Amino acid sequence: MIEITVNVDEKLSLNKFNVDEENAHIKLKEGVKASDPEFLKLVKCCPAALYKVPEEGDEPIFDYAGCLECGTCRMICGETILEKWEYPQPTMGIEYRFG
Amino acid sequence: MADFDAIVIGAGCAGNVAAYTLASAGKAVLVVERGNYAGAKNMTGGRIYTHSLAKVFPDYQDAPLQRKITHERISLMSPDSNFTVDYSARELEEAGNESYSVLRGPFDQWLAEKAENAGAEYIYGIAVEDLIIENGKVSGIIAFGDEITADVVILADGVNSLLTSKAGLSKKAPAINQVAVGAKETIELPAEVIESRFLCNPGEGSSWLFAGDCSNGIVGGAFIYANQDSVSVGIVATMSEVLKQDIPVYQMLENFKQRPEIAPLIRDGKTVEYSGHVVPEGGLHMMPEIVGDGVLVAGDAAMLCMNLGYTVRGMDLAVASGQIAGEAAIKALDAGDTSKAGLAQYKTMLDNSFVMRDMKLYESAPEFLETSPMMFRGVPEMLRDIMTPLFKNNGEPRQHVMQIAMPVVKKMGLFKLAKFAMKAVKSL
Ligand SMILES: Cc1cc2nc3c(=O)[nH]c(=O)nc-3n(C[C@H](O)[C@H](O)[C@H](O)COP(=O)(O)OP(=O)(O)OC[C@H]3O[C@@H](n4cnc5c(N)ncnc54)[C@H](O)[C@@H]3O)c2cc1C
Ligand code: SF4
Repeated sequence: MIEITVNVDEKLSLNKFNVDEENAHIKLKEGVKASDPEFLKLVKCCPAALYKVPEEGDEPIFDYAGCLECGTCRMICGETILEKWEYPQPTMGIEYRFG
Repeated sequence: MADFDAIVIGAGCAGNVAAYTLASAGKAVLVVERGNYAGAKNMTGGRIYTHSLAKVFPDYQDAPLQRKITHERISLMSPDSNFTVDYSARELEEAGNESYSVLRGPFDQWLAEKAENAGAEYIYGIAVEDLIIENGKVSGIIAFGDEITADVVILADGVNSLLTSKAGLSKKAPAINQVAVGAKETIELPAEVIESRFLCNPGEGSSWLFAGDCSNGIVGGAFIYANQDSVSVGIVATMSEVLKQDIPVYQMLENFKQRPEIAPLIRDGKTVEYSGHVVPEGGLHMMPEIVGDGVLVAGDAAMLCMNLGYTVRGMDLAVASGQIAGEAAIKALDAGDTSKAGLAQYKTMLDNSFVMRDMKLYESAPEFLETSPMMFRGVPEMLRDIMTPLFKNNGEPRQHVMQIAMPVVKKMGLFKLAKFAMKAVKSL
């Protein structure tokens, strides 16, 4: 078991985001399970830790709100478990001050 | 009559320079950038080699660059040791050779301002959704429902380009063994603290790259760049390799920061931003078509980037390819032919520049790194097993270096090691 000692949400809270509450710019396909090997790839590769396995049950957890818009999940699973991957709506999303 | 002579998509290093070049020649240019300002969506390591910037902007010293790099450090990390080479040379600090640490927020805004002052128009905050393609020729863009036309469109929309495939120039996405995911923290520290920790004079800084345990022994590495009032600390790991092991990318970065060699460098620092981005690492073999009917591709969108382990380069290639794309577009516009044939000189011009010369020179570097796992697990441990006995004195019998090194080298396989070294010096 790999020990997770970092709270990525805390790091994301340091960033400036304009969160689009209305539109999800990335969506998982209907019916994808948290135990799906494709989903587990994203759990490991998303730098923002937005793909999570629940403590109980098999419903995948994904929240687009902290997305860094890097494209990693699109490149790995764009053809498998992602329903859509778009850039956020105008003026929305991450806004790096340092970069 | 088209709305603009040229439309540039993306206000990064490549796009801003292409727009500046076109606008300086009196062309009507529109830049569409999805961020609310240039740099708002961009992140890098990083350090920029300024030779190509100097060619475009003789006053590049006025750009918001961070520190001039005067220390090159590279390290091989095993789980419980770290072997570092620290190199400095006056020649590397001379004009034409020098490099600077950089933060993209301020830097990209400076570049955009240059292009705007030269007459380029900018629309911010809107992503180009699609290209207008008429009879096979790209003749404009669609953004937020609006159609805007141009004689030539330059795609400078970065490694995660959604448009090169729409223009029919690439497949939908690169293969995951050709791209790496990067995660970085910008950590604020007082300038004097940075200078004493990284052994630099005021205004000077260091580049530091790590391979080995920092990416859990897979193809990848970590980096620390000293900026003016902050340090950039991050990791880069090839996507297909991340899948071969168990540590998530964000935890790799945390593990790196906690290393006893790294923690003191960032102690009491305040993390002010956490960023993520993809690095195109596949080199020459992952490049899309860079010329189409009415369209050119520059920078990361053209996958012009190289990660050699001891240095990463993408920004100097983006600047140069942006300039060359701008120049090729000007020639085609002046000749009244922006068809694929009219724009084809972009490829020739790029081939004749350092951009493709270097891309070709390092053609086999990605394959070398991918097929040489011992570079990331094996060699760092071997160095430890040779170095530790040199410094270990505990009253037990000592051995000459030869007696220490030979069994270690033999264990790795002398032939295997020689082959690895041969391949390394040939591809890097
Ligand atoms: C972790 C990491 C470390 C690196 N370290 C170094 C280093 O030390 N030295 C170095 O030289 N290089 C380094 N690189 C590579 C370097 O950052 C890139 O090569 C460089 O940023 C490429 O510049 P670009 O202008 O081509 O693309 P980008 O800088 O990615 O610019 C693309 C622009 O297009 C915009 N855009 C994208 N899609 C659209 C759309 N549909 N509509 C409108 N706008 C759009 C984006 O918002 C962005 O502004 C590193 C990269 C990473 C990720
Ligand atoms: S784009 Fe990047 S940050 Fe956003 S969800 Fe995908 S992997 Fe995570």
